Amino acid sequence: MINIRDLTKLYKERVVVNQLNLQIHQGELFALLGQNGAGKTTTIKMLCGLLSPTEGDAIIDGKSIVQNTQAVKQVINISPQETAIAPNLTVYENLLLFSQIYGYEKEKAQQQVYDKMALFGLAPRQHDKAKTLSGGYQRRLSVAMALMSNPKVLFLDEPTLGMDIRARNDVWNILKRLKGHVTIILTSHYLEEIEALADRVGIMHHGQICALGTIQQLISETGKHSLEEVFLEKTEEALL
Amino acid sequence: MRVAAFATRNHKEIVRDPITLLFGIGLPILLLGLFSVMQKNMPFALYEMNNLTPGVIVFSFSFLTLFSGMLLGKDKSSSFLMRIFVSPLSAADYILGYMIPLLPIALLQIFVCLATAMFLGLPFNKSILFMILVLLIISPLYISCGLLFGTLFTDKQVGGIFAIFVNVTTWLSGTWFELDMIGGTFQKIAQLLPFMHAVNAARAILHAEYANVFYSLIIVIG
Repeated sequence: MINIRDLTKLYKERVVVNQLNLQIHQGELFALLGQNGAGKTTTIKMLCGLLSPTEGDAIIDGKSIVQNTQAVKQVINISPQETAIAPNLTVYENLLLFSQIYGYEKEKAQQQVYDKMALFGLAPRQHDKAKTLSGGYQRRLSVAMALMSNPKVLFLDEPTLGMDIRARNDVWNILKRLKGHVTIILTSHYLEEIEALADRVGIMHHGQICALGTIQQLISETGKHSLEEVFLEKTEEALL
Repeated sequence: MRVAAFATRNHKEIVRDPITLLFGIGLPILLLGLFSVMQKNMPFALYEMNNLTPGVIVFSFSFLTLFSGMLLGKDKSSSFLMRIFVSPLSAADYILGYMIPLLPIALLQIFVCLATAMFLGLPFNKSILFMILVLLIISPLYISCGLLFGTLFTDKQVGGIFAIFVNVTTWLSGTWFELDMIGGTFQKIAQLLPFMHAVNAARAILHAEYANVFYSLIIVIG
């Protein structure tokens, strides 16, 4: 589904993403881990067409992010780190907006809205303005908005940042239901979230993938007891 | 379809914040009233309605700068803009989506100010209809300034920038006083900027001085 080849991003002399090579399979939930400044967000921005790579390319659903950005935009979507909702629009209007922006006719768009509200448990709040929702509901709405285009690939940047345990659990359950249907690239600093959701994990450090595999593979390869220990070792090793 | 959906969203975001909107319409009305009272007590004609009204309407457009700048600044801060950039909307769709919803608000400002001015003594004639058209052509200048501020600054900064913008553009537009009264560098700077020409174009059309309209309007559009 995603084939990243020698993807590189330089800001003047500073290398942010360095010759990144990675394959992500269809329907997989792939977690991208790394410390702040490791290059995760820059990688996602390049894959979404928000930044141009300095070198390299990525093929998403057979389309190049360099040569065919518009076609890539038809098959991807993103839920940014911030909730990124229209505060004065209702839940219903927020969802309808993104269905229409992606070209769905009104009837089809409305049907999509009702489907997503049912999936995300937003129907009881559909007439409420987004700014009046709790943080948990806003985050649900944010992820639901990203799914309004029925993307083949969904980028989730810290989807549960700042959420309480109940709200986080609700989002996890929704993401588990999406697994297998949508290819998801998830970034998070919460390792228990990665352990609960990810099929495979890539640990980024200094713009490169320094560890790649399932959580069990990474633990057995390194002889550690947890993903946290693996993460600390891999990022420490690279520092030395 | 896509642009219409995005423009509708932007329109709703602005009009559902009624306090700001009321301020953008209410303040020009208040100024028209205050200056008409001042004129009555002045020995010379400085704030006559046919001279004051075009300037006040152009002044009211400064709030279009605030509305567009704040909206774009907020969308940027909340990463809503990132969603828009990831979507298939083109650059033109995106700019039109922010500009179109402000045109009906500009029209509302024009009508409310004209109704107030006529209540205060501005005589109705066909030049007023032409002036509405000229003012609608001028309004994108102020919307564009807002989009520029929203692009460069955060929504919180836009509020501060607006306070400076509204003062500087009004002083340099000749709305409250004739620029000849100051002259020199001040007047030269004013002539280099489009704000004075915007007010001049609106005044010229109201006074049926059509030749002067095009010169000023070309500078504004340029």
